[in-house]
Amino acid sequence: MNLIYFALIRENIGKSSEQITLPNNVTTTGQLINYLMTLGDNYQAAFSQSDLIRLAVNQEYVNLDHPISDGDEIAIFPPMTGG
Amino acid sequence: MRISAQSEDFDISLEIERLKENRTDLGAIVSFSGLVRDIHGDKIIKKMTLEHFPVMAEKELSKIGELAKKRWPLEGLTIIHRYGELSPGDNIVLVITTSHHRSAAFEAAQFIMDWLKTDAPFWKKEQTEQGEHWVGAKTDDDDQKNRWDK
Repeated sequence: MNLIYFALIRENIGKSSEQITLPNNVTTTGQLINYLMTLGDNYQAAFSQSDLIRLAVNQEYVNLDHPISDGDEIAIFPPMTGG
Repeated sequence: MRISAQSEDFDISLEIERLKENRTDLGAIVSFSGLVRDIHGDKIIKKMTLEHFPVMAEKELSKIGELAKKRWPLEGLTIIHRYGELSPGDNIVLVITTSHHRSAAFEAAQFIMDWLKTDAPFWKKEQTEQGEHWVGAKTDDDDQKNRWDK
């Protein structure tokens, strides 16, 4: 699975993208966030406030209960501040 | 509909000309430009960096434009959003709407800006004399967008 990070989440994690293999018990976007938080302090810092996490699966905005599979591109980022 | 996420600046009069072409039926053209301010609260802004999600940014701007076209009888629409490093006074965003009558053009431009603030994947980082920080999203912006729900 291809993960992409933006803005403060990208800076906290320390990379802009990465490839991971999904553990079998990770089937939703919310479970993915919980799983990533077990990978290190940088991920915990990035995802410490769940209300400041937004996601897109294959470039469509989704919630934390969205199903995911290994071929998906998942982008994780803070609330948008353009305009 | 012309949509662009770009690092280069835009030329407002050129963009208006593009929408006018040789037409004589347009009764109203509304343009909104968003600029980098040099002050945010009590902080002096020296630079601003805009990060974006390539490809998806333009897709989302298109979706917002389509929503506006469904609600108002627009004849033409341009949305340009810049990314990269900007300075106070620089252009960030341009919305131009054209219609036969002014109310559609005014309302659609405001609708597009309200939606763009919360739904287009861009993020602002400000460089101040005290250091740099990511700009936080404002609940105000959600309220501005939600007033169009009905």
